[in-house]
Amino acid sequence: MKSGTDYERIGLRVGFEIHQELDTHKLFCRCPSRLRDEVPDLQVRRKLRPTQSELGEVDRAALAEAIKGKAFSYQVYFDSVCLVELDEEPPHPVNEEALDVALQVALLLNAKPVDEVHVMRKTVIDGSNTCGFQRTMLVATDGSLEVNGRRINIPTICLEEDAARKVGENAEVVHYRLDRLGIPLIEIATGPDFSDPETPAKAALYLGQLLRATGKVKRGIGTIRQDINISVAQGARQEIKGVQELGLISTVIEREVQRQLALLEIRDELRRRGAGPVEKNLIDATEIFSKTSSRVIQKALASGGLVLALKLAKFAGLLGREIQPGRRFGTELSDRAKIYGGVGGLFHTDELPGYGITAEEVDRLRQRLGAGEMDAVVLVADVKERATAALEAVLQRANEALVGVPEETRRALEDGNTEFMRPLPGASRMYPETDIPPIPITAARIRRIRSRLPETPEKICARLVESYHLSQELAERLSLSENLKIFEELVASTGADPTLIAATLEGTIISLRREGVKVELITSEVLRDLFSSVAKGDLAKAMEDLSRAVSLEPGAAYTYVLRGDLYWEMGDLESARRDYAKALELSPEYHEALKRKRRLEDKGTGHDRKA
Amino acid sequence: MVMPGYRGRIERILKRASVKVGDKVKVESRGRTYVGVLMPRTDLGDPNHLVLKLSSGYNVGVRVEAATKVTLLESGELPRLTLPRPEIVQDPNKPLVTIVGTGGTIASRVDYRTGAVYPSFTAEDICSAVPEIAEIANIRVVEACNVFSEHMTPDLWVKIARVVAREINAGAAGVVVAHGTDTMGYTSAALSFMLRGLFRPVVLVGSQRSSDRPSSDAALNLISAVAVAARSDIAEVTVVMHGTTDDDFCLIHRGTKVRKCHTSRRDAFQSINEVPLGMVRNAQIKMFRDDYQRASQGGRVRVQGKMERRVSLVKVTPGLPSNVIRDIISSGGKGIVLEGTGLGHAPESLFDGLALAQRRRIPVVMTSQCLWGRVDMNVYSTGRDLLRLGVIPAEDMLPEVAWVKLMWVLGRTRDPERVAKLMLQNVAGEITPRTRPDVFLRPIFEAK
Repeated sequence: MKSGTDYERIGLRVGFEIHQELDTHKLFCRCPSRLRDEVPDLQVRRKLRPTQSELGEVDRAALAEAIKGKAFSYQVYFDSVCLVELDEEPPHPVNEEALDVALQVALLLNAKPVDEVHVMRKTVIDGSNTCGFQRTMLVATDGSLEVNGRRINIPTICLEEDAARKVGENAEVVHYRLDRLGIPLIEIATGPDFSDPETPAKAALYLGQLLRATGKVKRGIGTIRQDINISVAQGARQEIKGVQELGLISTVIEREVQRQLALLEIRDELRRRGAGPVEKNLIDATEIFSKTSSRVIQKALASGGLVLALKLAKFAGLLGREIQPGRRFGTELSDRAKIYGGVGGLFHTDELPGYGITAEEVDRLRQRLGAGEMDAVVLVADVKERATAALEAVLQRANEALVGVPEETRRALEDGNTEFMRPLPGASRMYPETDIPPIPITAARIRRIRSRLPETPEKICARLVESYHLSQELAERLSLSENLKIFEELVASTGADPTLIAATLEGTIISLRREGVKVELITSEVLRDLFSSVAKGDLAKAMEDLSRAVSLEPGAAYTYVLRGDLYWEMGDLESARRDYAKALELSPEYHEALKRKRRLEDKGTGHDRKA
Repeated sequence: MVMPGYRGRIERILKRASVKVGDKVKVESRGRTYVGVLMPRTDLGDPNHLVLKLSSGYNVGVRVEAATKVTLLESGELPRLTLPRPEIVQDPNKPLVTIVGTGGTIASRVDYRTGAVYPSFTAEDICSAVPEIAEIANIRVVEACNVFSEHMTPDLWVKIARVVAREINAGAAGVVVAHGTDTMGYTSAALSFMLRGLFRPVVLVGSQRSSDRPSSDAALNLISAVAVAARSDIAEVTVVMHGTTDDDFCLIHRGTKVRKCHTSRRDAFQSINEVPLGMVRNAQIKMFRDDYQRASQGGRVRVQGKMERRVSLVKVTPGLPSNVIRDIISSGGKGIVLEGTGLGHAPESLFDGLALAQRRRIPVVMTSQCLWGRVDMNVYSTGRDLLRLGVIPAEDMLPEVAWVKLMWVLGRTRDPERVAKLMLQNVAGEITPRTRPDVFLRPIFEAK
């Protein structure tokens, strides 16, 4: 989206849910929360039967049909997956440690714990839960946090089980690995209180740190995930699943705004054209394509399929209209066709002739369907059931375009675009988990947890300024950083200047990491020796420590940058300049070294070397 | 049933506010305000909580204290189930299968507003939940009783047997008995003995995962059971349940040789001491054996339902004292099945009691708590002592099957010699004449 979009004017409302895996054993059994990569010991094959009433009114038949045929294969490791994950044993009582962590987070967010926790079953029939539902429980309500001086509501804090990992899929079977199923997740939901694309990422960063403060959360890719809810005025709420990187949040929001605005434009255009509901008139156009050179159609016909077509009156040109970079309105139709019909894709007249389909075939098709210049035609080649389900889904999506933006659950793609997953489920898919009795949350339990609350990032920040005389900015950064613990250890164990330590951890090392340097090699031992020597004024020893670090990875330019920073920090500008030069000698294009050398030349003196 | 599960103070507060289950209410308590639908309190937990379903779908329990305020916002409607019920078309070319309900839920639906699970008892409901069975047979559904499996009684076995016999004699191609799994093995044994002159398949079926969950094993089990009832030529009482943990195939077990061997797995039911009769995959039957009673088109089933209720099943433990036997006899016991140790042994401490049983002409039958294998009381002297005390060695009969059989035998005769003879006579496949080498637990590890 172009910068300068007036988000207030378009009525952007954003909220999100953050899902954080806990570093405890699983939520409903005593299996370790451990991801596995080895060849599984066993594969178990199952099917799920969606109870009809669990699905949305209109498309449930199609969905049921699409899912009925698919089997699920679950990968099992005998030493870390048990009968509970396999849905062969009832859930054990809730992991009390995980519940304590959830309550702790609730209290940190000033939320009100419920008096009695009820475990619910949330119907999920994509196979990612062996039992066909995800177990989840509401732990607290009505919390809040402040971001950029703005109050953000936290209506709910839930504790739930993570789903199985999808590891593969073909036409008949979806493969899942059960290692992740059952890992406890804390879900923190914000209200729809954000009205720009940038602040949500900041709030998510803050929540991430708050969760880490408990000392009980998992780290690394995939252990914290965001679902984002986005709507614009006249648009509709979209739940966008699986945004794993904070950096992607603002892009996802911008792209979704773009999409909803484009869909509203399409609606307005359809209204201008006087389009009405699409007629459900599926036409068998197989005969037109009996001699087609389209490979896709040939293949479908050869395996007993047909070509089914649907006229979308007054849709001409709109299917090809871009709604997100690289995604057109036709893509939205195609997403639905794939999910509900299980077809590989569809063709539409906005992109035809093409793909081996000739202009003559298109003309005959238009004739056959009585489609004029302003009409579009969508066609699907597959077996009858699938083609029918696919076009019925297309028809429904086309009709939704007349109304505006449908409420959907969408999956975040790597580039920040999104694709359709399923209609937004309502509250109707929840029912009680009868295998687990309600858990009363006693006042004594809350007292115990409250008495051992970890520090919130604000308090940490205030303490850093107060005790270590760090600047406000450095303290804020450190309070949200993973380096906090090692900072305090280094200050306590070495006695070196706290600002020097903080600036090294939050400045030098982080900028080196951004450069792609393997900063893992600078271990806490290396840092401890280094700062000890610096504290004693024993520069010779400090040099020796660093040389040793250098020898860990001979010729690594970053170690000279690190040592140069130290010299600079201690006022020995000549030595600093020498080390940066040495780094550049090793790696002439080395940005970090260049930057410092230039800054040193510009200023000649001073402590301002913040990266 | 206006206030299910609520009593005492909560009930008074709810009544004062004219609130009933299903109503949308506001609850204010200790600085918190919740708005939601009042749910039934279904468990035996702390009585001072009321349960609300919030608009998010989550249930929460709210502690009710003297100052708690409950306000009615909107009266709720009674739950309605709006699923379309398919018209059942009777196809004259398909066999008729009667499904006999006993109380377990064969098929059920969840009402998401209240979270309640509604059992389906009509043929329409069942065919709507598992439409595949209507492709196999014309389905008729009757209810014999309505109890959980653990509350099943010998009286109810007789009732079920009468319904089954009536259906078969009226022309059903086969009968499926939907049963809770806990005591399904007992009922299958009882029906095996009671149904005399059986000429059509009788299939017991249940589910280990309740049918309100998408992962339920109920559908595959039911489809397979209906297939056996409609298509097989097994004129015996069988149990049809999942063969493995996969949703792949079901096994057909003989009703007198099957046992629930696991508390929760789908494949909990196993044939003990013999190979299952066959399997069902995609409603197609494959037999493993040919030593079973063949079905025929005509015949008449009789119910021999007279059962002696005063029969005890006693598990032998080390040092078990004689008064266990004496107490059974003095309280009117008419027969005892021992679940002995190993080859069929009991400690000397029990001999006095067994001698008393022999004097009172009360039959004592020996089975083994090993479950797998056959009793043999000639190998050790203790066994021979027990034989001299009149104990009847019940071959490889399962303890609970021997218990059911002794009840049934004592319903025919009290004469100890005739009892012994009948107990050792193979009435319904309960005794395996020879034990195949491949019918014990499969190893679950690879030998190094």
